[in-house]
Amino acid sequence: MSEIKNSGYSGSALRLLQSANCQVGDIIRITYKTNTYEGVLIPRGESGDTTNIIVKLKNGYNVGISATVEGINVEKIGVGIKPMFASPLLPEQNSVLPHVVIMSTGGTIASRVDYRTGAVRSAISASDLYGVVPELSKIARVDTEIVFSTYSENLTPKNWTDLAQKVAERINQGIDGVVIAHGTDTMGYTSAALSFALQNLPVPVIFVGAQRSSDRPSSDAATNLIGAVRAASEAPFAEVGLAMHETISDSAIVVHRGVRVRKCHTSRRDAFKSINDFPIARVLDQKIIMQKDDYQHRDPTRQLVLKTNFCEKVALIKFYPGMDPSIIDYYVSQGFRGILLEGSGLGHVSIFCFEAIKNAIAKGVIVALSSQCIWGRVNIDIYDTGRDLLNFGVVPLDDMFPETGLVKLMWVLGQTSDLKESKRLLKTNIAGEFTSRSLPQEKIVYGAQ
Amino acid sequence: MSTIDYSKIGLKIGLEIHQQLNVGSKLFCSCQPELFKDEPETTFLRRLRPTQSELGQIDPTTFFEFQKGVKIIYEANRKSACLVDLDEEPPHSLNMDALKVVLTASLMMNMQPVNEVHIMRKTIIDGSSTTGFQRTCIIALNGWIKVGEKIIAIQATNLEEDAARKTGTEDDGKTIRYRLDRLGIPLIEISTAPVIYSPLEAQQVALTIGKILRDTGKVMRGLGVIRQDVNISITDGTLIEIKGVQELELIPTVIEYEVQRQLGLLDIKEELHKRGITKDVLKTEFVDITNIFKESKSKVIRKAVDRDHKVFAVKLSGFAGLLSKELIPNFRVGSELSDYAKFWGRVGGIFHTDEMPNYGITQEEVIKICKTVSATEKDSVVFVADTDENCKDALKAVVERVQEALIGVPAETRTAKDDGTTRYMRPRPGAARMYPETDIPSQIITEELVKNIQANLPEPAEKKLSRLMTQYTLNEKLSKQIVDSEYVILFEEIVKETNVTASTVAAFLTETVKSLKRDGIAIENVGEKQIKSLFAAVGSGLLAKEAIAEVFSWLAKNTTKTVQSATIALGLKMFTEADLEPIVDRIITTNKNIIEKNNKDAFSMLMGIIMKEVRGKANPELVSKILKQKL
Repeated sequence: MSEIKNSGYSGSALRLLQSANCQVGDIIRITYKTNTYEGVLIPRGESGDTTNIIVKLKNGYNVGISATVEGINVEKIGVGIKPMFASPLLPEQNSVLPHVVIMSTGGTIASRVDYRTGAVRSAISASDLYGVVPELSKIARVDTEIVFSTYSENLTPKNWTDLAQKVAERINQGIDGVVIAHGTDTMGYTSAALSFALQNLPVPVIFVGAQRSSDRPSSDAATNLIGAVRAASEAPFAEVGLAMHETISDSAIVVHRGVRVRKCHTSRRDAFKSINDFPIARVLDQKIIMQKDDYQHRDPTRQLVLKTNFCEKVALIKFYPGMDPSIIDYYVSQGFRGILLEGSGLGHVSIFCFEAIKNAIAKGVIVALSSQCIWGRVNIDIYDTGRDLLNFGVVPLDDMFPETGLVKLMWVLGQTSDLKESKRLLKTNIAGEFTSRSLPQEKIVYGAQ
Repeated sequence: MSTIDYSKIGLKIGLEIHQQLNVGSKLFCSCQPELFKDEPETTFLRRLRPTQSELGQIDPTTFFEFQKGVKIIYEANRKSACLVDLDEEPPHSLNMDALKVVLTASLMMNMQPVNEVHIMRKTIIDGSSTTGFQRTCIIALNGWIKVGEKIIAIQATNLEEDAARKTGTEDDGKTIRYRLDRLGIPLIEISTAPVIYSPLEAQQVALTIGKILRDTGKVMRGLGVIRQDVNISITDGTLIEIKGVQELELIPTVIEYEVQRQLGLLDIKEELHKRGITKDVLKTEFVDITNIFKESKSKVIRKAVDRDHKVFAVKLSGFAGLLSKELIPNFRVGSELSDYAKFWGRVGGIFHTDEMPNYGITQEEVIKICKTVSATEKDSVVFVADTDENCKDALKAVVERVQEALIGVPAETRTAKDDGTTRYMRPRPGAARMYPETDIPSQIITEELVKNIQANLPEPAEKKLSRLMTQYTLNEKLSKQIVDSEYVILFEEIVKETNVTASTVAAFLTETVKSLKRDGIAIENVGEKQIKSLFAAVGSGLLAKEAIAEVFSWLAKNTTKTVQSATIALGLKMFTEADLEPIVDRIITTNKNIIEKNNKDAFSMLMGIIMKEVRGKANPELVSKILKQKL
């Protein structure tokens, strides 16, 4: 009986199904007046009318029939198949191929229908992902491991620490590359975090996600995963990368540097773009084509350095016209150790906020500055208000965009409590998060495709 | 073929009628439901993969399509496709106007709407949709319509999205091009129960359903907006699904041919039993016979051999003569095997000894082939030339198909050709293709909505007939024709909006259009907007009513042009009073003797002469006015 109780039904529908002793997956017959409906009882979402009974008809269609109509009768006429995901058989391993681990953390790349809400939910393991993309066995010997099973918006810096340690374990065991399947929403944050936490990498660590859930034939999950595994097993670089579609076509997969990549579109397959930088590599027709030459080379003998602490008392504050400076005061009063300010334009903040910023710095809070323009470099030498900020002790983060700036500030404050050392680390290029030259990039315009 | 007693062979037919709805936008986005002919503004490439159904099954057809490794190139323009159509953005909510049209049609067919609509994904990975599935939902179940005196049960009405349009294939069929303009246009699907028992009755049922749909006033007109699928079975045969019959008139032919095909296959089954053939003598033993063709004069085979392809053969024991048996006109058992080989083996076609010598293959070569596979004169040998893998897949499909011949008629989805014949398309897909659409919440159909639509249903045909007769003083014959035509709503709109007489409009939209169609004019090319502006021109005196048919025919040929450009191109600009006066003067002068001789009748005689000269270019009332003045 417990199963029917958790099936999302309530009120008259639940009573009716209980009295007929029906379970999810049973074949049932609903009759009233001259109407008859026969099919498999399907669990239902909490949205919609929970007194409608959902039946999967013989032709595979689901329909909702009201349990409140007069003279309705429900009977169980057989046992059917319950909604499920059948774990596919894993392909055979080829021992001469590079050895790669796919770690899953959840997200769209591993999603299927969830009957609680009727929407999709992270439900497929790394091993299932491997099973539904059997081509991977032609590229690498693949191990799989579930690290988390959640949407990326639910991840915290503690998860970054756990993930970095799991990756380090594998690398220390001698793996040739690591692939991390991740929800796309905060994948850029996690890739930045691991770029700082995993230093001196001997092999590549490649993040991968999907913008269309893997339960649909058009999902980008498979092509992205194939590109990521290809990069993890063969790429000449040993850095944290992020592999996703280059365009809306299923042709090239592009690997961005973990600290330079941002999700710039809510839904497109090519949502991820390298900011103020070029991608490291492209994967086209199963070949890796390097796009940069200033990368750390793969070297299995290199000793990994693990620095996994992050300070969570760091806030990201976006400046906007009319912003109330007491917002800054609040964070200071709550004991925050760092504030990443998203200034306007070249990195400006209204003079109304100056007192609050001075006060924060006086209390030992590190205030760093990026631009809400996303693209471009902050420069607060140009206007007097900018120079004032510099004089207060605000740390401009050059061409680092705000999210990476935030993650770096969390990491820096996780490494040291010394103010001077913190500022030094902040300005030190750890994982390619800064470049000294802004090069002309091809335009990235979603509206004009 | 009319000698077949359909009730004796247990013919059962069910219809699925699909028609595009005209509700101003697509089903899950606000794009214009308009097809474009120009070059696309955006193209992109995709690949589709099979996925598991809600119950964890993978549809075998879907898996097969994937194995073919097909690439798809999509073509889009701004007007008719947005990120939703590109599968780059989740669908927006269901178009409620489209839902209301389907509810209207459902209630007109006495159906029971479901209480909650669940949108489903029907997996189709041939590339015809960017998502790899068609979004579809059941709106109502269990209804009936009356066709003549008979009650026809209607099983279900669905609301679904139309597929993308195929615009070409490249690279030996490995790359397919589709255009996204049609994708997402709302479609209603109406499925009847298998209670139709003759080809003619099927056409009548389709006609009746078509009329009901037109009465909603919200369906598209023109070529390709309506598509009929026909499900046919006979007692000893099997259920065959035939897709995409575009012309209503073709339905009886398609059914007659399918019955013949099934009866033909049953004859073969009997013959095979007589010959004592069993499944185990039909072996999947393929023999490499490439060597026989090293010096062959057959261009087709040499072309393959020169490309390092192989030639493989299989013996069909006891099949001699059967492959050349004609099932329907120009379609033999061999053609049936060839279709299987093409689909499963990606080959161009097959050769078989029943049709040899042929294609430059000599009798000596045939003898060698038979010897190599140890075939006697009782056997038939099938062979193909392609890659090793394709040859084996193709021959495997051939053997499996002939094994089916021992049982009778295999269940298939077939596609209808323009001549009414059908070809193998794929095996019949099952319920394993269905998966809930997780991007769109379910939609409750409230009692209030149903009551509201029920209270405002379109006028039934009989009522409409008598109303048209009195309101427009049309005779019964013309009224009936207009009610039966697809233009009834348009007719009323034109009469209301222009001052062209009702009988002129009705006669044109029925008799004239019908005869133009008979003369081969593509009437479906002329849209309702154009027909309206055609009559508007007549109503305002810019065009003579005698010229309507000519302009219409011109527009059917010049699909992008306007009525105005038609009148110019055809030299049909109407004469003004100033244009007419000199003509009238001239005719009066040259016919002075007539006026003197026939004082009384001179007017009508001169009218006749003038009108003969200016017919189609002058309003007779205007001519008569000028002539009266001049006389």
